[in-house]
Amino acid sequence: MKYLDEYRDADITHALAARIGARVTRPWVLMEICGGQTHTLMRYGLPDLLPPEIELVHGPGCPVCVAPLEFVDRAIEIASRPGVIFVSYGDMLRVPGSRQDLFRVRAAGGDVRIAYSPLEAVKLAQENPTRQVVFFGIGFETTAPANAMAVWHAQRLGLTNFSMLVSHVLVPPAVRLLLGSPSNRVQGFIAPGHVCTVMGHREYEALSAEFHVPIVVGGFEPVDLLEAIAMLVDQLEDGRAQLENQYSRSVTRDGNVPAQKLMEEVFEITDRKWRGIGMIPLSGHRLREKYAAYDAERIFGAQEIHVEEPAECISALVLQGLKKPVDCTAFGTRCTPEQPLGAPMVSSEGACAAYYAYRRHTAPEAAR
Amino acid sequence: MNAFVCPAPIAVHDTVLLGHGSGGKLSAALLQQIFLPAFRNPLLARLEDQAVLSIESGRLAFTTDSFVVKPLFFPGGDIGSLAVHGTVNDLAMGGAQPLALSAAFILEEGFPMADLRRVVDSMARAAENVGVPIVTGDTKVVERGSGDGVFINTTGLGMVAAGVDLSAANARPGDAVILSGSLGDHGITILTQRQGLELEGAVESDSAPLHTLVAAILAAAGDVRVMRDPTRGGLASTLNEIAVQSHAGIAIREAALPLHDGVRGACEVLGLDPLYVANEGKLVAIVPAASAEPVLAAIRRHPLGAEAAIIGEVVARHPGLVTMHTPFGTTRIVDMLPGDQLPRIC
Repeated sequence: MKYLDEYRDADITHALAARIGARVTRPWVLMEICGGQTHTLMRYGLPDLLPPEIELVHGPGCPVCVAPLEFVDRAIEIASRPGVIFVSYGDMLRVPGSRQDLFRVRAAGGDVRIAYSPLEAVKLAQENPTRQVVFFGIGFETTAPANAMAVWHAQRLGLTNFSMLVSHVLVPPAVRLLLGSPSNRVQGFIAPGHVCTVMGHREYEALSAEFHVPIVVGGFEPVDLLEAIAMLVDQLEDGRAQLENQYSRSVTRDGNVPAQKLMEEVFEITDRKWRGIGMIPLSGHRLREKYAAYDAERIFGAQEIHVEEPAECISALVLQGLKKPVDCTAFGTRCTPEQPLGAPMVSSEGACAAYYAYRRHTAPEAAR
Repeated sequence: MNAFVCPAPIAVHDTVLLGHGSGGKLSAALLQQIFLPAFRNPLLARLEDQAVLSIESGRLAFTTDSFVVKPLFFPGGDIGSLAVHGTVNDLAMGGAQPLALSAAFILEEGFPMADLRRVVDSMARAAENVGVPIVTGDTKVVERGSGDGVFINTTGLGMVAAGVDLSAANARPGDAVILSGSLGDHGITILTQRQGLELEGAVESDSAPLHTLVAAILAAAGDVRVMRDPTRGGLASTLNEIAVQSHAGIAIREAALPLHDGVRGACEVLGLDPLYVANEGKLVAIVPAASAEPVLAAIRRHPLGAEAAIIGEVVARHPGLVTMHTPFGTTRIVDMLPGDQLPRIC
């Protein structure tokens, strides 16, 4: 498969691993920000190819994982209402709220549907004029343009029965929070290639300069990730700290400008709570006032729910790269993908779920 | 003014009515017009409440399966042929040659009669190709909205030859794991039809009866340990079941897995792993290492097994776990999924 096979080539991957091994002289802690990158690393067992000096920690870039519990509860509450068609990306359905998940809502008679695109929800609204169609709009800058497009399109069509429950989050404020933390251990970052495809990499240039930290925009295939790691190691060993772009077949400095304009048109920046991390100022999107008629929170009422996370869960530390999933006493025993205690175990992109699915044979015996 | 005419019941129906499940005249008409001509055989023709089968002494295999696939018609098959193949294959995985099938239909009021006829005819053709009679059956009709067109249950009886002892608990360290062909064709066909996706390179369901392939395998080696067809949950779930039941580990090689380009492409686009996608015409055979080559050769000689491959082995380490050796020389776990495979957000 063109554009895929060459990025999964074992010989190139091994050559890159050898290059990293030859270059590294001391321990380095690197973070891949995006959950999709974590998934690839684990699926192909790539950490096993790296020299012991390289420690990979896993970032907060899993949209399903960082959606706050209260927000999942809100979605469940709306989806349970008669007359509502609730539409979501597939992997949100199994995410547990404080009491249940969307699959159970569906089993109890709620009309919950899986879509690949928010425009499918707009179409459903056109086809079902007597029903309220609500799309679960979550994700990072990657999904935001499509969600913005759906709202914009719904307004253009004059739909009065389509709305979106929005909890979009932004990557750079979370990276800034990690870098500013006194407990930060991360010395180099692989920036999320899909997010940068939309946003460009200017924001990451600024972060690299401000915190004097190497950042390499990376893709999602094994060759992409090994090359990004090699570029980070080169910078660290050289004493450089700059923004470099490994994923240049998709990412430019300015990104996808029409997509950014559409996001700007529909969304405005707001404070957002991240599951496992807490409130991060100016770290998310909400609908602008002129699109208030499409805001599910306004239409269905926004009562404040506060929910406590289980005390045993160390997801805050995992999402900040301070602990590994296998450091958790509940990993693989009291916390599994079937019965997750915390955010990183709920989606296949979450660090805990990726470890559980692909690498628990490398964990201590007790965790199997 | 027209002369008064007594309204006669409409004799020909183009959709299924509740009355077709009443047990009355409409039910009888459905039987006479659709089911009996299609399934025609002496046992069914007796129209008793049961079929009475004469069997020689030996061991009987007995299995049942229900079919609710949507869409009903798909490239490579339909719910009718699938309902025959699925149950024939469940018998075959125990080494049984099929003897007889039952067929029970749950029809939704309003289901087009032409579609029913198409499903029933396809079922009859599939059974005839296998050489197994459909000897008893049942039809119920549910109100519109209580079903989804047609649901079919088939139950099968088969005879297991003396000396054949297949079980998912039989795998032993050192055994070879053989897969009879490419992964994921059925599941991806259904999914792309449902999503209305048009992909380069046509994909079609692999729905097929495996009993003759099983016979060829059993003829090639007398010491076959396990046979399973990786249907729902795909190869990953089947291997995990075998690992757990046999208290052994299974180690497979990613590079050895046969996969069609269309399936691979669709899985990339949809964010799915072909290891978890359903097959309806493939089997996994676990055999002692010494029998691996003769069994592989026998499978490859069969029309359904041209792409067969030895994909791994049973190991003593990590009992109950399935691992996969990647092309990068690393190893990862191949787990059971908690539920359906869900497409990822991004």
